[in-house]
Amino acid sequence: MTMRHPIELTVNGVSERAEVEPNLSLLHFLRDTLDYTGAKEGCGEGECGSCVVLLDGRPVNSCLVLAVEADGAEVLTIEGLGKGKGKGRLHPVQTAFVEHHAVQCGFCTPGMILCAVGLLAESPDPTEAQIREALAGNLCRCTGYRQIIDAVRSAAAALREGGAGGDAAAGADRRRGEASGEAGGAP
Amino acid sequence: MLMPSFEYRAPRVVPEAVALCSETPGAGYLAGGTDLLAQARFGEARPPLVIDIKRIEALREMQETPEGGVRIGAAVTVAAVARHPRVREAFGALRDCCNALGSYPLRHRATVVCNLCNASPCADTAAALLALEAVLEVTGPQGTREIPLGTFFRGPRETALGQAELVTAVRIPASVAGTRAVYGRIARRRGVDISTVAVLVADTGRQDAGRHRVSLLSVAPTPLRVPRAEAILDEQGAGGAARAAEAAQQACAPITDARGTAEYRRAMVGALVERGARALHGAPATGGVGLGQPLGGGGGGSGGGDGDGGRTPASQGGGR
Repeated sequence: MTMRHPIELTVNGVSERAEVEPNLSLLHFLRDTLDYTGAKEGCGEGECGSCVVLLDGRPVNSCLVLAVEADGAEVLTIEGLGKGKGKGRLHPVQTAFVEHHAVQCGFCTPGMILCAVGLLAESPDPTEAQIREALAGNLCRCTGYRQIIDAVRSAAAALREGGAGGDAAAGADRRRGEASGEAGGAP
Repeated sequence: MLMPSFEYRAPRVVPEAVALCSETPGAGYLAGGTDLLAQARFGEARPPLVIDIKRIEALREMQETPEGGVRIGAAVTVAAVARHPRVREAFGALRDCCNALGSYPLRHRATVVCNLCNASPCADTAAALLALEAVLEVTGPQGTREIPLGTFFRGPRETALGQAELVTAVRIPASVAGTRAVYGRIARRRGVDISTVAVLVADTGRQDAGRHRVSLLSVAPTPLRVPRAEAILDEQGAGGAARAAEAAQQACAPITDARGTAEYRRAMVGALVERGARALHGAPATGGVGLGQPLGGGGGGSGGGDGDGGRTPASQGGGR
């Protein structure tokens, strides 16, 4: 029996404490312990992007992050992206996905949206090539991608007009494991 | 899918990490986890103890050296390296290779040093760091030492590291600042896939011998530099592109696998070296297919060029 580790982290703005086995992935912790089932397990090895969440503001494959590694971190899942209740609660990227019919079966959608939110937080006005590059690690077997690319472009415009990048900025100043002096710009 | 069980420790200082590793046979260092955890999940690695080095403050630092080089700590992510101002300004080859690695989310987790330590023949960052003659800073039970990257790779997933040795940083010398490079990369699709063949051709701009650098990925047991091709380019510039390509084809030792045949890989080594050399010197490419265009069975082209809006003159080889 391996030693369990106490962790404390913020998920979707809520402080969470738990004791976790070292081999528990952040993805399984979010889904099975906290019931945030938005992030999906597709491949389990960082190839498909359906498990992408924002970790301290940056998109990561949560299947390749240990829950214990997220101790002290700020995590955002699709459940925490929109604000408030009722109509208008969706984040602009979510709204754009609805408007552009960028969702079919929906399995890839949370990862797609969070990856796009991460991109727009660092590159508010990306080219189509940059959007394609940023989403190249997110597989979709339904849409053919065109609507998704269009949705992200439209969301970028909406966010620029509307000002703040919403929740994407959350935790941006407390990213860990990254060098100082980083600049925004292209991914 | 669950990973096999292991113990986990997150030391705060390097000596503690090294001591833990030397005490536990089979223990592994964990940085980004994009290799180690994927391998653990599929039973390719079964470390009894995983030593997370990301809580070691010193390893999370990256800075420009006083001379104008760059020093990258072992826990600095590929994404952070790619967007570092000094890398963007002076070491475009490294930025291009970083942007070709994995996917956008993976690059926020994977680290450059661990891409090297994983010692895969297709390690994207090795193409640039071999060409830039990077040096690894290593701490082990016996103390610290430096290993030139050129002598680091010993075979597929084999390195010159001894028991419990930890690479703490990789350093790029200031002498190669401003190196121009073309990174040609062929893969089955643009995102995530490892390369079938990748070639970096670089011009350091130095007037002495050793001006050009040619490194190859996925066509030998390790990432590979080709001194003979470099010497030909030093002597003849773009005029030697075809001969340099031949030299690279002779130096490589590709295998046939699911991604391509040995013959295909060898042919593409020639094409990418020749086009890279011509592009660096502004000569028109032969053969009608420019770098960055899909080659062969589709996909590929030149690495992360697509997502790269902020290219500096340093790496505008003119061919992409």
